[in-house]
Amino acid sequence: MYDFAYQKPSSVADAVKALGAEDAKALAGGQTFIPVLKQRLNKPSVVVDLARLGLAGIKVTGEAVVIGAMTTHGAVAASAEIRRAIPALANLASMIGDEAVRHRGTIGGSLANNDPSACYPSAALALGATITTDRRAIKADDFFQGMFTTALEPGEIITSVSFPVPAKAAYMKFKNPASRYAMVGVFVAKGPAGVRVAITGAGQGGVFRHAAFETALSANWSADALAGIATPADGLNSDIHASAEYRAHLIGVMARRAVAAAG
Amino acid sequence: MNAPFEGIGASVRRKEDLRFISGGGHYTDDINRPGQLHAYFRRSDRPHAKIVSIDTAGAAACPGVVAVYTAADLAAIGGVPCGWQIHSKDGSPMAEPKHPVLAEGKVRHVGDPIAVVVAGTRQQAKDAAEKLDIVLEDLPSVSSVTDAVAPGAPRVHDDVAGNICYDWHIGDKEGVDAAFAKAAKVVSLDLLNNRLIPNAMEPRAAVGDFDPMSGEYTLYTTSQNPHVIRLLMGAFVLQIPEHKLRVVAPDVGGGFGSKIYHYAEEAMVTWAAGKLKRPVKWTAERSESFMSDAHGRDHASTAQMALDAEGKFLALRVSTLANMGGYLSTFAPAVPTYLYATLLAGVYTTPVIYCEVKAVFTNTVPVDAYRGAGRPEATYLLERLVDTICHDTGLDRVAIRRKNFIAPDAFPYQTPVALQYDSGNYIATLDAAMKAADWAGFPARRAAAKARGKLRGIGMSTYLEACGIAPSKLVGQLGARAGLYEVANVRVHPTGSVTVFTGTHSHGQGHETTFAQLVSDQLGIPVSQIDVVHGDTAKIPFGMGTYGSRSLAVGGSAMVKAMDKIIAKGKKIAAHLMEASVDDIEFKDGKFSVTGTDKSRTLGEIALTAYVPHNYPIETLEPGLDETAFYDPMNFTFPGGCHVCEVEVDQDTGITSVVNFVAVDDVGRVINPMIVEGQVQGGVAQGIGQALLENAAYDAEGQLLSGSFMDYTMPRADDLPNITVGTESTLCTHNPLGAKGCGEVGAIGSPPAVINAVIDALKDFGVRHLDMPASPQKLWAIIQSNRPRMAAE
Repeated sequence: MYDFAYQKPSSVADAVKALGAEDAKALAGGQTFIPVLKQRLNKPSVVVDLARLGLAGIKVTGEAVVIGAMTTHGAVAASAEIRRAIPALANLASMIGDEAVRHRGTIGGSLANNDPSACYPSAALALGATITTDRRAIKADDFFQGMFTTALEPGEIITSVSFPVPAKAAYMKFKNPASRYAMVGVFVAKGPAGVRVAITGAGQGGVFRHAAFETALSANWSADALAGIATPADGLNSDIHASAEYRAHLIGVMARRAVAAAG
Repeated sequence: MNAPFEGIGASVRRKEDLRFISGGGHYTDDINRPGQLHAYFRRSDRPHAKIVSIDTAGAAACPGVVAVYTAADLAAIGGVPCGWQIHSKDGSPMAEPKHPVLAEGKVRHVGDPIAVVVAGTRQQAKDAAEKLDIVLEDLPSVSSVTDAVAPGAPRVHDDVAGNICYDWHIGDKEGVDAAFAKAAKVVSLDLLNNRLIPNAMEPRAAVGDFDPMSGEYTLYTTSQNPHVIRLLMGAFVLQIPEHKLRVVAPDVGGGFGSKIYHYAEEAMVTWAAGKLKRPVKWTAERSESFMSDAHGRDHASTAQMALDAEGKFLALRVSTLANMGGYLSTFAPAVPTYLYATLLAGVYTTPVIYCEVKAVFTNTVPVDAYRGAGRPEATYLLERLVDTICHDTGLDRVAIRRKNFIAPDAFPYQTPVALQYDSGNYIATLDAAMKAADWAGFPARRAAAKARGKLRGIGMSTYLEACGIAPSKLVGQLGARAGLYEVANVRVHPTGSVTVFTGTHSHGQGHETTFAQLVSDQLGIPVSQIDVVHGDTAKIPFGMGTYGSRSLAVGGSAMVKAMDKIIAKGKKIAAHLMEASVDDIEFKDGKFSVTGTDKSRTLGEIALTAYVPHNYPIETLEPGLDETAFYDPMNFTFPGGCHVCEVEVDQDTGITSVVNFVAVDDVGRVINPMIVEGQVQGGVAQGIGQALLENAAYDAEGQLLSGSFMDYTMPRADDLPNITVGTESTLCTHNPLGAKGCGEVGAIGSPPAVINAVIDALKDFGVRHLDMPASPQKLWAIIQSNRPRMAAE
């Protein structure tokens, strides 16, 4: 990696201020960012470590699961409260990376990065989550704006994410055989935000909602309702592991399995 | 209390594992020398390009930079040599274009080193390397063997027409043609053997050191064979006399063949250390490993079997294109010839065989031996062909194998492709594997799987390999530029403990335990009293290292010979001490005794006498108890066996799960069953990796698409089943241990068993063949394209 300055502020306000510097970058769990730095694909002037902002923590009410931005995947996966309220969310977290990655990687970092193969964006979109930052609340529908692109302004820091508790939800992930990222991940939910199906790993523009599936499931919440609904391959990724057509097919398979698992 | 049995046949826990699993290993990257500098290689990101210019001034001016070198600075040193010469059909020697340490004139593959920066820290060297101003002019490029031999293909080396390194053949062409002419049936199969990237856990590393006072160079390197590196680098590249060059290969974290070869980086750091009079270190980043460690496999073949009406094999005809990559790696030419085509009889009595092999240059990383080296390619071809014969003719997969097996009483068996097998019993391994895998119960399991919506298949491979490499005279006739004997020095210390110095090298195999057990068994002392030393040319005698499953069969035999000398000398000393005739002394369980009496002396007592020779036959016997033996084998060894694989395919996703795997191998004498089991399981893991997961994917131009673990599918624990390992051994007849070797059998026998199982699972889809890896995407496509036809039926 290239040389950079390092700051570890102890308040959100100080962190925002530090991120005001040109080419400043925020460091959450670092599970994407550190490898990027090591490959010299990014040359920040200063790395602002968010570890000391007190943003880790889980709060579950009857209506919502609120997760601090610096909460690790491991903590979400292990949370008995989340397992009771939204088991699909804990299950999703348990499938991210490996033990070491889950021990460091954070929900805020994942959402802010918006990797098109990340798992969390599908949960946020399908559950109709609200992303709270140092300055505002952003609906998931407005937050994801394309591959590695979000509604976050420069220097804006996610502080927490609030997931409304759904009646039913499940996540099914077809792992890329090599990287184990989502090659196709489907999150289905029936909750306060209605019936939603969010697809990650497949779209060129990152996470997206599947309107045809949502319509069908709104009328009849069952795996059978999805039979025969083809997903167009247009706009889907194609690489050595999966053609766009194969991904389109897997979206259907994973969605049916998710609905079946959600019960 | 009796001491636990630690000799031949005991599953002694591996002595080396405490340090390996507790962070106590000492690897090349752990070595830091005073005043050490760091090297960073700037590599080509183009598959094929002319080097128009290199301006080093910007890099040289960077902080901490001590030197920047390009090919222009290396005019006085040689290229990286090739250790094996093949002659073409017409008698001409293979094309052997120079493999420069740093690229000269053009780059030939992504990863080809162009320049090296030496600086105070690795970071400084890397920073400065970005400031190198290198102008490249792209040239048309080619990555696959079939493209490379097409008319008008770009030339990787300007003076190598058609990119053909050699056009070689073996066997009886006319005899095969005649047999085909009268055959009842001919079955033909085109198949690819996918390119693999070894990915040892420890990346390659090298530290060069130079002592200006003594004029002595030391290279610490990640090598499977330090003496081979010393010979190749000293004599051919740097012209350093061998007594002034020490090569140390300390703990090495996996090799699988990729650390046999002499690599440019080793020569570069050693040369630079001499120039700069300071130690120079290089450690590969993982992405460098992907594009600079020699790759494995990469064959495209056509195989044809002629059969009589009953399914007896009459003749085999094979034509293979083998990818050499951009340059010839150390043993690359031997892999698709004498380690491949000579294996094409396999376990079968096929009376005539003809094989032609074209080795082809492409704009890819050099290809060389990788766990199995040639034998996996031969086995895959044969065992896929046998199953394809059954597919085409309806013959039974087991019956056809039995019908064509070399019978247990037919040994020694001379094949039509040069090898003479000394021993084996293919029926025994087949029967044992089928029993352990419950082959007979498969139909019920298939039906149960079908009820769950899964496609279940079972497959086998009955294979043979040639290892225990190798008789020096024979390989010399076949083009080897080295001898392949092995050496051991057994040093009995005055108080009776023993240090064994071996020319083999352990990089995961557990030699420190296996060899200690061998010594314990022969000399009758506990394993705790025996240390095994390897990997340092300043300590060990000139040995050839570890590859080709040779360490026990060849290195262990040398050890036995050295111990025979120790015992013979000990008998003379004992006879003197006990005033008996040498002929009356017998040695057993660590004691020399006079036959028919209760008089005896322990090995320790004899050793003390040998080093403190106060009462000693000094007129006729030298003091000391320290013996060396070199052992050159009379033949290869021929492990074989039967692997059975059972899979389930998920029709919706195309995912294949290996649900059971049984390997029953004949590895000859087993010293440590636990280590053999581990070796076979590791090999099978790599074989399942090749069959289902791994693929070094290049695009048509030569960009490496699978250049990291994000895209190269290494097998993980959850990709693998429990692997049941059994042995049904016959003994090697020509070495003193009867040992054959177990290091590669797993990787050799397993890939066709897996693919045969996958194809069996897809039986209803009319699939005749598919190329490895059987990825989910590939299987899904096959299932999709055959589904409409099935629905219509």
